[in-house]
Amino acid sequence: MKRYRRLAMRSALLAGLGFAAVAGDLRAAEPDVIDRGLEAFRSMLKADPWSNPAMLDADRGQALWKERRGPRNVSLERCDLGKGPGVVEGAFAELPRYFRDAGRVMDLETRILWCMETLQGIEPAGLTDKPHPAANEPVKDPGAIATWIASRSQGRTFNAPVSHPREKATLRLGKTMFHRRMGPFDFSCASCHASPGKRIRRQGLAHLVNPDEARQVVGEWPAYRVSTAHVMTLQHRLYDCFWQMRLPELKLGSEASVALTAYLVKQAEGGTIAAPGLKR
Amino acid sequence: MRSVLIVTLISLGLAASLALADDRHAISERQMSRVLRQAFPSTPPDWRSRLTPDATMATCAQWGNQPPKEIADAIKRREAAAIRLPDDGNFMGDWRRGEKLAQSGYGLRFTDAEAQRPNGGNCYACHELSPDEVSFGTLGVSLKAYGRTHKFDPQHARVVYEKIYNSQAAVTCSTMPRFGANGILSIDQIKDLVALLMDPESPINKPAAAGQKGKADSKEDAGGDAAKRP
Repeated sequence: MKRYRRLAMRSALLAGLGFAAVAGDLRAAEPDVIDRGLEAFRSMLKADPWSNPAMLDADRGQALWKERRGPRNVSLERCDLGKGPGVVEGAFAELPRYFRDAGRVMDLETRILWCMETLQGIEPAGLTDKPHPAANEPVKDPGAIATWIASRSQGRTFNAPVSHPREKATLRLGKTMFHRRMGPFDFSCASCHASPGKRIRRQGLAHLVNPDEARQVVGEWPAYRVSTAHVMTLQHRLYDCFWQMRLPELKLGSEASVALTAYLVKQAEGGTIAAPGLKR
Repeated sequence: MRSVLIVTLISLGLAASLALADDRHAISERQMSRVLRQAFPSTPPDWRSRLTPDATMATCAQWGNQPPKEIADAIKRREAAAIRLPDDGNFMGDWRRGEKLAQSGYGLRFTDAEAQRPNGGNCYACHELSPDEVSFGTLGVSLKAYGRTHKFDPQHARVVYEKIYNSQAAVTCSTMPRFGANGILSIDQIKDLVALLMDPESPINKPAAAGQKGKADSKEDAGGDAAKRP
């Protein structure tokens, strides 16, 4: 409880600072001044990980993991995230991977849905119909659980297995999808994320084709996003990209979304996991 | 001459398919379309075509957006044929409306299903234009003082119109959307954007207005309407 209070106070303080920075003179300042200000803001948050509001969702996720829920009234503590039933520590660092019981490659979020369905008997449709929070709404339950599990790999490096033929096929699919240009705007992921130092409006774009840059950013998801005031998972981030690309709603846990995740994680291989991160 | 070109095209196509065949596990279009149907189950019937690249985009992807000259030229010819010119032969509209279009990222997203206002061009997402707007992207080239740089040449207005209408006719495999050819903007809207670039009175051809810097910074984000995100 004490921890919550401390966290709430710091969040309020930082939110105040953030608003002051955005609403104040910074906007009229030269672009590099804005960038330096934002960088200072981010490093203050990094210096004290407990100041990240996403930690509240991680705590909620941990409680959800342990709580008996669903028609079968069981917890998720027997869920196998790839390192054996119930092993959470370091599991995120080795995802996505092929799961024999499910017969497919899964990322963390897809696996959580699968466990909720197979262990707790919770209908997946109810979880995938409106899978992501609107602005100012908290991340949904599977996302909160994902935030907690990802945080239990903090400091480890991405090391997803690429030995099973299905894992290799998933990677190839992800890479092909990344470069596929479609929709009325002719966009692919690569339209925005395949060259260094670019931005949309004032927002910097990650050069995800370059492993050095992928290693710096992929490990920050799930992340708390200041502009929408909630935790955003990687599946949600991809969903949002497709929205921008003028494509339909990306299904949470679909083969395509897992494949893109696998490709990004492969690009970030060896990068340090810093989830939950903090974004604009 | 023509047959030489055809032979060249065929052999280049062959080389490309061999290059793909070399990767025994290349993803087939059939497999991709199955994956995409499952990824986007709520696709409305009139959106299905969005999931399939047209011939130009398929070729661009195949060549990593850098096709050899012969193929690039063939794309340019085909795309140029898709350009519709204004009936009145006038390429310049109203730069004021153009500026509004350049700011707006509205349109064609699944949250815009029932269109409530005209689609935007969202030019500032990628280009620097008016010196009064500091919130601009850098994926596209800077268009600052564009008209002045081109001496307000009326002939050049047509070049600009065609480039916006169909970028693929000007720069093969350009990242820029085909605003006219893909039905994003109307002919009149494109004329307004031409005016934004080429009209001597347009703010992009003027020095920055004092105290105006960043006035629009909070208006829209990358795609516009941050608050209306799904």
